[in-house]
This record gives sequence, structure tokens and C-alpha cells, in this order.
Amino acid sequence: MTRVLRAEWTKLRTTPGPAWLLAALVVLTAVIGVTAVAATRCPTGLTCPVDTAKLSLTGVLAGQAVVATLAVLAVGTEYSTGMIRTTLTAMPRREFVLAAKAGLVGVLTAAAGAIAVGISVLDGRLILPGRGFTAARGAADLSLGSGPVLRAAAGSVLYLALVALLGLGVAALVRDSAVAIGLTLGLLYVFPVIVTFIAATRWQRRIERYTPMAGLNIQATTRLHSLPISPWAGLGVLALWAGGALLAGGLALRLRDA
Amino acid sequence: MTAPVTDRAAVSTPERASFGPLLRAEWTKFRSVRGWVIGMIVGVFLAILVGVFAAGNASIGCNLGPNSPQLSGKACLPYVPIGPGGEAVTDSFYFVRQPLAGNGSITVRVTSLTGKYSVGGVVRAIPGQSPGAGMTPGLVPWAKAGIIIKASTRQGSAYAAMMVTGAHGVRMQWNYTHDTAGLAGAVTTGAPRWLRLIRSGSTISGYDSADGRHWTLVGTVQLSGLPSTVQAGLFAASPQYLKIIPFFGGGNIRSGPSLATAVFADTSLHGNWPAAKWTGTPIGNAKNGSYPDAGGGFRQAGSQLTVSGSGDIAPVVPGPGSSVPSSVIEQSLAGLFAGLIAIIVVAALFVTSEYRRGLIRVTFAATPDRGRVLAAKATIAALVAFAAGLVAAIVCVAVGVPRQRNEGLYILPVSALTEARVLVGTAVMVALAAVFAVAVGAIFRRSAAAVTAVIVAVVLPFLLAVTVLPNAAANWVLRLTPAAGFAIEQSVPHYSQVSTVYSAAGGQYPLSPLTGLGVLCAYTAAALMLAAWLLRRRDA
Repeated sequence: MTRVLRAEWTKLRTTPGPAWLLAALVVLTAVIGVTAVAATRCPTGLTCPVDTAKLSLTGVLAGQAVVATLAVLAVGTEYSTGMIRTTLTAMPRREFVLAAKAGLVGVLTAAAGAIAVGISVLDGRLILPGRGFTAARGAADLSLGSGPVLRAAAGSVLYLALVALLGLGVAALVRDSAVAIGLTLGLLYVFPVIVTFIAATRWQRRIERYTPMAGLNIQATTRLHSLPISPWAGLGVLALWAGGALLAGGLALRLRDA
Repeated sequence: MTAPVTDRAAVSTPERASFGPLLRAEWTKFRSVRGWVIGMIVGVFLAILVGVFAAGNASIGCNLGPNSPQLSGKACLPYVPIGPGGEAVTDSFYFVRQPLAGNGSITVRVTSLTGKYSVGGVVRAIPGQSPGAGMTPGLVPWAKAGIIIKASTRQGSAYAAMMVTGAHGVRMQWNYTHDTAGLAGAVTTGAPRWLRLIRSGSTISGYDSADGRHWTLVGTVQLSGLPSTVQAGLFAASPQYLKIIPFFGGGNIRSGPSLATAVFADTSLHGNWPAAKWTGTPIGNAKNGSYPDAGGGFRQAGSQLTVSGSGDIAPVVPGPGSSVPSSVIEQSLAGLFAGLIAIIVVAALFVTSEYRRGLIRVTFAATPDRGRVLAAKATIAALVAFAAGLVAAIVCVAVGVPRQRNEGLYILPVSALTEARVLVGTAVMVALAAVFAVAVGAIFRRSAAAVTAVIVAVVLPFLLAVTVLPNAAANWVLRLTPAAGFAIEQSVPHYSQVSTVYSAAGGQYPLSPLTGLGVLCAYTAAALMLAAWLLRRRDA
């Protein structure tokens, strides 16, 4: 397993793509987060019981696209270049290959994601009080020392890592980068859009609870009782999706010809 | 750097073939890859399935009175009057009227306009008490009172009116959708407003004056089909009170009925007014849901008339300001987002897979003018995506709209032309997204990067705008990003004379349909130009 890990690490380290994508993850998450925070203002004379942590972490919605790309490419490039045959000849335990990829991509994503999330929360903390979002006007306190904020921040890092695993599993399953990225982004972006269109509250709730978008509930720090699913359970739903995708991808990898 | 370019141009000029064979070559490539054809079909099916599913699960429930059973679905469809232009309208107000036979005019002085509102839900008129008892004093911005000439007392009939309003000065409004500003400023005893309407055949002219001597023409309108005897007189209306607390994904709304009361003095009539006395009639009523039952009435004391009324004379708009649970045809197009992703993937692959397999070198050897290859690819992608988008949009609306109606949602009617614009425009938007994907594919030469870039540029801004961003920021996102193109789907326009929450989440875009599509077009054109430039500069 160590050899497999080292081989996969070498692949990720020596191609320019992953490093650029990790940098893009940090930049895109932070930029979208800062933009969302800077574009918001609590109107004078009103209280703003806004979930400041969730608002600061808006960039995660964009960052997840970069994470999905990184994960999909980790598998997809091997298929598009034919490298996969060499890989599997050198390392016949195919599930180890996928596990090594999942571990490395997950850890790298979590590391870059931690930086991105850290910047986002810091930005929110610096900018939001000046925009009228103070504790006196009902806004939640944005300090990593507070439990809910820590949960939102750490949970967002985990969310990004799980998105990486989802992308990896989908890519192993379909073996084509473009189709895999389309599927992964479809899973991540289409449901939240559909929910805003759908009229039936019953189906709205179901979609909010059981599709990958449930994972974003981890970002909530206030009014938890009104969430469709509790923060950790939501992240659990995404973990099930990611685990399911990895399992399906792993089985396909094992049973199919490369 | 320039030398190879000149060289290539010199070589390619003599063999510059016509565009037709190039198109045929690209079409052959497209249709012979089974995965791409399947991808397009999957896109259409996804759009239809998701769209029809999203449309058909509203299940509106209603209760039409204290003793009626709980109803749901179609039985709850309200009666909504249709205006002369074919649009759904709110037409409920208190009308103090007399018949006017033939030509004539009416002139009044408005000395005050006051209002009351409630946020505590529905306030019913209490018999024996003056209207508005128990409500908070205050005027809503579009409270209106003045003089009106109307074809009949039927809801939705043609009219023209001169009025003073709560916060928008004197206005001339006619046939529900038209609104022209007159004198600015609020009406007070110290600054009364004189209003005049003159009827001549089917032409009605509206005048206002601040002193009763110097008159200004505000507008002259033609009301087609106006009968010889019309109903004319004084009116008061006040749309629901709406307090919008700006929030994320639209706004937090508190609403309730409101009532406006206007005092008129020195009413002077010219022409043939055979009844010679005023009759008070509430137009519309609480039963059909269009009249917020806060009461209404009039009182005559000498030459002074006091008129109170609730309701509005305006088009129905979707969203929280709407008096009925309404929806719009584009609501059925939700599934397009799912289909769009499949189409973007296929369009990007149309270029990037040539790079992956090295086919691009053969293609460029056969057609050295690389810009034309890109143009041919863009054309084929656009045509295929347009066809897919059109089929998906037509089926979605044809199936989704009746399903929504069946669930008890009132679908705001639009003209056939508008419906065609929504459907064809949606297909054009899908085609533009596909061309955008072709161009970005040629820029990146990698499918994953291209697909991600296009989805992040087109779908993500829309998602951010309708879910997390506050209204003002959401509107900027929908002005500046390629997601502006979704504006082409909006079927009911923004009416500034109706107060509601105009938000992207409610289907109201900051740009007009064609301007929005133009923004997406500009992005696509810029990406195509960059792609063409890069193709010429770079080695294949």
C-alpha cells in the first residue's frame, strides 16, 4: 500500500494540473466568499439575524467545482492517456489504486480547503461587522472559538473532501473526464436549482434531505431547527453518496477491463 | 511570430473551399459518435423529466368560505379577470359612478389622500363601523384615488384614469399595464391636485393641474371597443401593504390589506350624465380572492365626496405581491438546468476529443484555415443544441403547464408571441451555451477543464443568485455573468406600478429578455474570438 501511495503521490506531484487546481480552489473560494460578504449590507434600522458563518462560506459553492475537477482528473487523465494500463500492470490490486487516489486527493483537498475556509471565515469576521452585522443587531458571532462556527468551518473542509471522493468514484465508474465532471457537477448544482423551482414542499424537503446538497447544511450555525436536516446528518448524506460512488467505482474498476 | 501566420494564409488561400463541405464534415463527425448523440438525447429527456416533475407537485389547498369543505388542486383555481391586452389583471376598487352617454368630461379637486393598513392578516370590514377600523394609519406607495372612465363595471374592462397616489405623485393609467407620470409630490390640503378626463369617442385625454387654472396634458389614449355609454366617476383603491425585509434569496415579507380614503371637492361634469346622481359599487369582491376585504364606501356632504377603497387596478405579477397563487409558463423549464449540463458536456467534447485522439491534426491538415474549422464546429453544435433545446422547451411547457394548472396554480396568461419568444429564446440560450462550450473547449483543449469552466460560468451564478445572495448582489450577478441569458425565459414583464419583491428567485430578472440574451451572446462571441486567435497561434 505504501508503494501504491508513493506512486500516486508522484503522479499528483509531478503533473502541473493538481497544484494549479488546488491554488484555484483557494483563490475561487476566497474570492466568491469575499464578494458575497462585501455585497451584503444590513439595512439601517433593521435587525439582521443572518447566519454570518454560512454567508462567509458562500465560496465553497464555487470551490467544490474545482475540487470535482481535481478528483475527476486524477482518474480521468489515466484513462485518456492510456496510463491506466501501466498503472494496473504495476499495481494489480486495483482497489488499492483507487483507495490511494482517494486518500491522497482527499487529504490534499482538505489541506487546500482548510486554507480556503480559513480565509473565508477571517474575511467574514473582518468585513461583516462594518456592514452592520453585529451581535447587537442579531447577527451570529463569527469566531472559530464558538462551537457552531467551528463546526461550519471544519464541516466545510470535510464537505470539500467528500466532494473529491464523490468525483473520484464517479470518474472511476464512467472512465471519461468530461462525462464524469458533468455528472458530478450535475449532482452538486442541479438539485439546489430545482428546489427553488419546485412548488411542492414535500418534494422540496426530500430533495434537500437526500441529495448531495444536504451536505451544505453543515454550514448552518443559527436557526438549526428550521433546517431540512441536521448539520452532521446532512454531511452524512453526502458521505453516503461519496461512499456509494467510490464503492461503485471500485467495483467497476475491479470487474471491468481497463 | 507573424511569419508562420502569413505563410499559412498563403498556402490556404488557393484551396479555400466553400463552407458547406466543412459543415458536412463536422456534422458527420458529430452524428457518427454514438455517445454524443446519446448525450444530447439524455439531455432532452433529463430536461423534460425534471421539468415536468418539478411542475406537477404544487397541490394547492383552499377553503372558499367558513362552511365549505377543504378543497385542493383545480377546484382552487381562482377567477382572474383578463384585461384588454390579454394579461391577467387585478381589478378591484371602490367605484362611485354615473353613466356618461357620449362625449363629456369630469373634473375634480383632490384635497387629501390618507390610508390605513394592517399586517395582522386579513382584516374584515366590521358592519356598522367605518371601514378601516382597527388598522394602522399609513399610505401604501401605490394607494390610488381619482377619476376613471371605464367601459363597464365588469372586471377587466377597458378604462383610463387620472389619479393621485401614495408615493408616486399624479399618474395617468389605462388598461392596467400603462402608466404615465404627471405632477410629482403628495396631495395635501395646502397642495391639492386638480384632475380632468375628457372623453371624445374612443379617445380619452387626461390632464392635471396644481391650481385649477393651468392644465397640463398627461396623456391621450385610445380605448378600442369603448361603448357609447360608459361608467365614469371617482374611485379609490389600495393594494396590499407589503413590508419587505431584505434577506437572502429574495426577502422576508410581511403583508396585509390596506385602505385608501380620498376627499374630492368641486366635482364638475360636462356632457350627458342621465342618472344625475352617484352610485357606489365595489368592483370585485373578497370571494374571488382579488379584493382584500378591508371595506370601502363613500360619503357625500355638500360639494364634498369622501371615497374609501381597497384593492388595485393593475396587472397581476408573480411573487408575493400577487393576489392569487400564480405561476408562469417558464416555471416548467426548471429541468433545463439538468439538460443543459449534458449538452455542455457534449459540446465541449465535440472539440476536446479531437485533441485527445489527435484527430485535430488531420482536421487542420484538411482545412488549414483553423478559424473556419472552429466556425463549422460552433455552427453544428449550435444547430444541434438549438433543436434539442427547442424540443425540450416545447414538451416541458406543453406538459408542465396543464399539470401546474391541475394542481391549482393559476398560470399567468401571455400572448402567443411571448410564449414563442420564451420557447425559441430558451433554445437559442441553450445553443449559445453549447457554442460557449465549443469555444472554451478549443481554448483549454481539455474536456474536464472546459466543462467545469462553462458550468461555473453559466449555472453557478444563477444558483448563487437564486439561493444565497441578497437581492441587490443577485441582480448584479444576473447582469454581469453569462447566467444573464436566463432572462429570455421571463414571460411576465416587470411593472413598476405594482409593488412586489422583484427577485431572481421569483423569476424576475434585472435585464430585459433580449438584453440578457445579449450578455450571454457577448460572452460567447468573446470566447469564440479568443479561441480562434489561440487556434491560429498555437500548434495543434
